[in-house]
Amino acid sequence: MRRAALVLLSCLALGWPLAALGAAPVDEDQVRDIAAQLRCVVCQSLSVADSPSETANQMRGIIRERLAAGDTPEQVKAYFVDKYGLWILLAPPRQGFNWLVWVVPFAGLGLGLVVVAFVIRRWTRRSQMARRLAPSAEPGIDEATRQRINRELAELDT
Amino acid sequence: MSARPRWFRWAIPLAAVPVLLLLAYGFRTNPRDIPSPLIGRPAAPFALETFDGPRIALEELRGRVVVVNFWASWCYPACYEEAPALERGWQTYKDRGLVMVGINVQDKDEPARRFLAQFGHTFPNARDPAGRVSVDFGVYGVPETFFIDRAGRVRYKHVGAVTDAVLKRHVDTLLAERG
Repeated sequence: MRRAALVLLSCLALGWPLAALGAAPVDEDQVRDIAAQLRCVVCQSLSVADSPSETANQMRGIIRERLAAGDTPEQVKAYFVDKYGLWILLAPPRQGFNWLVWVVPFAGLGLGLVVVAFVIRRWTRRSQMARRLAPSAEPGIDEATRQRINRELAELDT
Repeated sequence: MSARPRWFRWAIPLAAVPVLLLLAYGFRTNPRDIPSPLIGRPAAPFALETFDGPRIALEELRGRVVVVNFWASWCYPACYEEAPALERGWQTYKDRGLVMVGINVQDKDEPARRFLAQFGHTFPNARDPAGRVSVDFGVYGVPETFFIDRAGRVRYKHVGAVTDAVLKRHVDTLLAERG
């Protein structure tokens, strides 16, 4: 029993570094993709992918290391959230109160479109009504004046 | 134009009210004051090689109160301000069950050693070359100091230079707890 445990233990001890060595090389695009979703902790509004700081560099190293150890991108992100809280994520996750951030801009846009449509309809209706109500001829010109304008225009042409 | 209802002339000033409320809230919070999710949780284990040679492992310090201080030689002036207070705290409490550990981050060997020599630090200091321990502790910047109780849980986090008073308050509280 004890020997079996010992064999198992040494297999584990030997197998672990071997598994790490044999792991597939880490996809740099995947590292960048995860880094782009994480907030650089020493910067103002920069992602870990965009920051040239040493801290961000080390964080990219940790992402690479965790992926190499077999973590999924979700697990890597969860690790950083575990240490820094949701603050570390550049996009707030779509849950609970955070939904407000995702919904309000689109709701505002929709509301704005409704208001614009309403105003445009009112404007067009008003100008249509104005046209319908106005006499066909220009207002304020009597027949005698019109004839005189026409006569004088005709003289100008000759 | 005169056909607009009376309330309309209040619409624009009223629309500014929520914006002003939001700003009033935003300006009263400190953007640097980010609560750590680690308070009350077990501190992440670490095992690092100290500048003097021997390894130091957090797990072997279970049962004692541990102060973990993250610093760098380029962190001026805060790390330089707190350094004498750290050494004083270590001298005061080392025989009463406290262990102080300095963790040097993003630094070069030579300036880091010069810093330790300048302040005559006698408590163990170790390097965190890849930043793993820093991220495990959710460190934003230096200096940051963590107070770990006898059960190995992070109990307080102090951002910025520690003072004698800050050290005394937290260490006294944690030492008073019989683990």
